Amino acid sequence: MPSLRKELGKVLVELGKEHKDLVVITGDLGKSTGVSAFETFPERYFNLGISEQDIVGTAAGLASAGKIPVVSTYAVFLAGRAWEQIRNTVARDRLNVKMIATHSGISPSADGASHQCFEDIALIRTIPGTTLVLPADLSEMRHTVRSAVENAGPFYIRLGRGEIPQIFDERDEFQIGKSRRISDGSDVGIVAAGFLLQEAIEAGSLLQKEGIRASIVDMHTIKPADASTVTDIAERTGAIVTVEDHNILGGLGSTVAEIACRDKPVPIEIIGIHDRFGESGELRELMEIHGLTAHHIADAAKRVMKLKDTPNR
Amino acid sequence: MIQSARTGHLGPSLSCVEVLVSLYFDRMNHRPEDPNWSDRDRLVLCKGHAAPTLYATLAHAGYFGQETLLSLRKTGSILQGHPARVTPGVDISTGSLGQGLSVANGMALAARLDGRSYRVFALTGDGECDEGQIWEAAMTASHLGLSNVTAIIDRNGVQSDDATERIKKKEPLDRKWRSFGWQVLEIDGHNFMQIHHSFDVAEWTTDRPTVIIARTVKGKGLSFLEGDANSHNVSFSEEDLDWAMDELREPELDT
Repeated sequence: MPSLRKELGKVLVELGKEHKDLVVITGDLGKSTGVSAFETFPERYFNLGISEQDIVGTAAGLASAGKIPVVSTYAVFLAGRAWEQIRNTVARDRLNVKMIATHSGISPSADGASHQCFEDIALIRTIPGTTLVLPADLSEMRHTVRSAVENAGPFYIRLGRGEIPQIFDERDEFQIGKSRRISDGSDVGIVAAGFLLQEAIEAGSLLQKEGIRASIVDMHTIKPADASTVTDIAERTGAIVTVEDHNILGGLGSTVAEIACRDKPVPIEIIGIHDRFGESGELRELMEIHGLTAHHIADAAKRVMKLKDTPNR
Repeated sequence: MIQSARTGHLGPSLSCVEVLVSLYFDRMNHRPEDPNWSDRDRLVLCKGHAAPTLYATLAHAGYFGQETLLSLRKTGSILQGHPARVTPGVDISTGSLGQGLSVANGMALAARLDGRSYRVFALTGDGECDEGQIWEAAMTASHLGLSNVTAIIDRNGVQSDDATERIKKKEPLDRKWRSFGWQVLEIDGHNFMQIHHSFDVAEWTTDRPTVIIARTVKGKGLSFLEGDANSHNVSFSEEDLDWAMDELREPELDT
């Protein structure tokens, strides 16, 4: 499987050649995130040290003067430590700052609780004017980073670490704000994004073996939310499971629930971290502990199907 | 203006009048008729609560009509309680202390990348130096040799609740900044000659950024407010207003 850090570095360098105003800033995590590849343009690469608030503020200043700054560090420090800077300086003025948060969710498995960020979707989506995307694979990462650089406004791109899968063909149509339908089925809907999309797809296979047909959706863009797909899936299936590598409070599940409650209420079960801190461990073991694997998703699907409205006799 | 709004930060607005007037009428290269002119000098009002002074200065400079000043803080006004980009002449929205110096650095860095010679001024408060991000930005500016950044600290010695030195000692403030690699100048922040000269020195210094510690009096110009922490947030009675307007009308001659 491709290396996320190598691929992120690669796409940034490609964009750096095309866009002379692109500037990359990191908080001493250039090597870890992969953005240090941009050192190939030494006058446009800045490691400003372990100071996330300063980095975001500096990016804001650069953006206000016409540059396109990409800021990259770990999710917990970017959305966490620098939240108010993102809110008060970047977003209030709709500045062109492109935030690439790596090591999100459970991915920094061995590092433990301090580094596993389960809150950033909630933190960022409640800031007005942000675009928030969870690329699930290499092609989506490449599309999203490019789209962020080439479109106006603050972007937050949530990535993991280590290897990045290849699920989609890069030539397939990809549009920010438009979910992707992976399979069609009327028994249950499974809406996932980011790192756990693979698990959702596998859950679909497990369910199919039992004769249950799921509509699986890749809802890569949390903001702006794709309300029409949520209502479509709710109509089609009558019961939804959402899947995210994030707290069950305030993330993808909440987004889907908010829309469904307003437009087409159906039972929803939210798969995610149950409002607790992480811990050190091996990735797959942690996924089992937190209930984030394909069989957890399949079990949830069967549970939520039982809550479907039965037709009046 | 603040009286009309019935809310606002009078004390800290009065302590930086001379500095802002000097910037917009004596020092900065700018075009009121073209607020987005790409080679303009920039000001970041880090101490955003002094917005009324900035607005008065911008109005006098011609960025918008003076009659607009009475709409400060009112619903729908282009003059928001803290600077916002909806106001012609405001380059970045501020209000949350500690953030503006980083922004100033970013603007200065953009100038360097583009080979432009505009300068960036950052007006901060002394209480604001409590914020860690100020020091992060100070390190960045020094490390990158951003000599086109000039910070001015409105050293009025008082913050919101109390005197600065009773809350978190800033002194020796000059040595702190010098140790961070900045050139430090100390002046009487109400003296136009000193302000002018310090900006000259900052401009001639090309290897490091400059900070001008401007010793000022909070509530300057109004005897019943001067130096008082209670002047941070204040609006007063009609009689006080008359008295205040009288005091301010008396010319103070600078020597």
